[in-house]
Amino acid sequence: MDKVMSNKKIIALYVLPALLLIMAIVYIPIVLTAYYGLNQWNGIGRMKFIGLDNYAALLTDGTFWKSAWHSLLLAVFSCASLIIYLAVAMVLATRIKGANLFRKIYLIPMLLSSVAIAQLWLRIYHPTNGIVNSVLESIGVANPPAWLSEPKLVLFALFIPILWQYAGFYILIYYAALKNIPASLEEAAKIDGASALQIAWKIKLPLAMEVIKVTVVLAVVGSLKYFDLIYVMTDGGPNGSSEVMASYMYHTAFRAYDFGYGSATGFFLLVICLIVTWVIRKITAAKETIQYS
Amino acid sequence: MRSEALSPSVFKSKAGLKIGYGVLYAVLTIVAALQLLPLVWLFLFSLKNNQEVFNLPPLSLPTHFRWENYEKVWSAGNISVYFLNSVWITVAASALTIILGSLTTFAMTRMKWKGSSLALGLFMVAMMIPVHSTLIPLFSIFNKVGLTDNPLSLILSYVAFNMPITIMIMLGFYYALPREVEEAAVMDGCSVNRLFFQIVLPMTSSVIATTGIINMIYNWNEFIFVNTFISSDSHKTLTVGVQNFIGQYTTDWGSIGATLMISILPILVMFLFLSNRIVEGIAAGSVKG
Repeated sequence: MDKVMSNKKIIALYVLPALLLIMAIVYIPIVLTAYYGLNQWNGIGRMKFIGLDNYAALLTDGTFWKSAWHSLLLAVFSCASLIIYLAVAMVLATRIKGANLFRKIYLIPMLLSSVAIAQLWLRIYHPTNGIVNSVLESIGVANPPAWLSEPKLVLFALFIPILWQYAGFYILIYYAALKNIPASLEEAAKIDGASALQIAWKIKLPLAMEVIKVTVVLAVVGSLKYFDLIYVMTDGGPNGSSEVMASYMYHTAFRAYDFGYGSATGFFLLVICLIVTWVIRKITAAKETIQYS
Repeated sequence: MRSEALSPSVFKSKAGLKIGYGVLYAVLTIVAALQLLPLVWLFLFSLKNNQEVFNLPPLSLPTHFRWENYEKVWSAGNISVYFLNSVWITVAASALTIILGSLTTFAMTRMKWKGSSLALGLFMVAMMIPVHSTLIPLFSIFNKVGLTDNPLSLILSYVAFNMPITIMIMLGFYYALPREVEEAAVMDGCSVNRLFFQIVLPMTSSVIATTGIINMIYNWNEFIFVNTFISSDSHKTLTVGVQNFIGQYTTDWGSIGATLMISILPILVMFLFLSNRIVEGIAAGSVKG
């Protein structure tokens, strides 16, 4: 048995294709990103080694920090929306009939492409014919704003479709976690006279805490690298007021053809994502693995 | 007794219980409506002309359903080309991911070798790496080897980036698979290849279905790689194609709606028939945000 199952040739044949592929497509590019960041390069011509200049410039680049601030705001929004998702999941997990159907319906937007969602929400926010302003006008709002062209509103307007898109995903995760809580705990609390709110706050919330921590990491890291929807809906505009880190990197490299600086930005994005993941995991060190039912 | 014990607890009287349930259902129904209304609205304006979009209330039915919007966009522009590209690239990349993922997971869970846990670690860490940080080098690598504007650049990228999540979902399944069958087969002189392809692979059909669906959804919806690597219309997939097409027809709402509906329809159909598997897959793969 052991001899057959430790055949080196077969192991290599089975593992190497996948392993070489992620080496070539994931790991080597990461190293190259860091290296390109040390160069001045337009993507086509010769690279010129300039040491840490790009990275130093990034640290004092106001536009980059503005986009980082927008990414951070998205992360804060996303964490706040987790509270709404958790509340809905709590209602869903009261052993109500049809819960399974509801959670499936909630999930639909999450399955669609961000491009389709972005295009749809562009119409929803359309200044004159969009559904938002049509409704506002019909209830007597005289001059509803052009949501995506207002520098002060655009980031909030963009957050609504994000909230909408991911609702089903987080509700699904929370629902699974809450369903795992043994009914006997709830019954015992009920016998002791605890109210539904007390049960939710003092029993369900602490027991779902491990899963909540995981979703916080997902929400924060997901927000930091958010790209597709913003790229399609506003392309970072108007005038940079919805630029985020990933879109800034993309514009630097593929619009301004500054591949060196773009790479430095891309590497910075990676480092920030890894640090944030590590920090949140450390603060909220998970004690047990999560079982989804 | 049991049904009462399982009901929301605060409501002592029967009337109170009914009201309580009513409130809970109202909350859940409002959320469901919010999730569905934008899509219903999209479907409705895909069947209208501009006059109807602008003058009728948003959620009203058109005087007659203008299915010709769908015919128009399908034949005009390159929507049919984008659609077919999306289909074959999605299927090819998903199939390749499943095969390579299964082989690797089998070797990592069933066979005995030294680097096994290191390999597993490499696959799992790759899950944390944002696609954007690899984009510039990937573009320049593909450019050097002549793979830009070639569907192969997409397939390779999709397979690599979906490999970690695929392996992660498969791992749990392989660990739970009984070893007795394999041991008996090896005793009988079965080769590893036969063992894998004729015995193990059929036994994992359920996890293959789950990971297959997840892969197809991710690949169908992928945008940034197509947008970066592909420049000619004949190789574009729906996400980027739709984006370009709509850019040219920004004023014709019916056409825009029909295009968007065509691009999301395969996912909606899949959802209609396979929602349980999709829910299962999304939950199992939830690490990927």
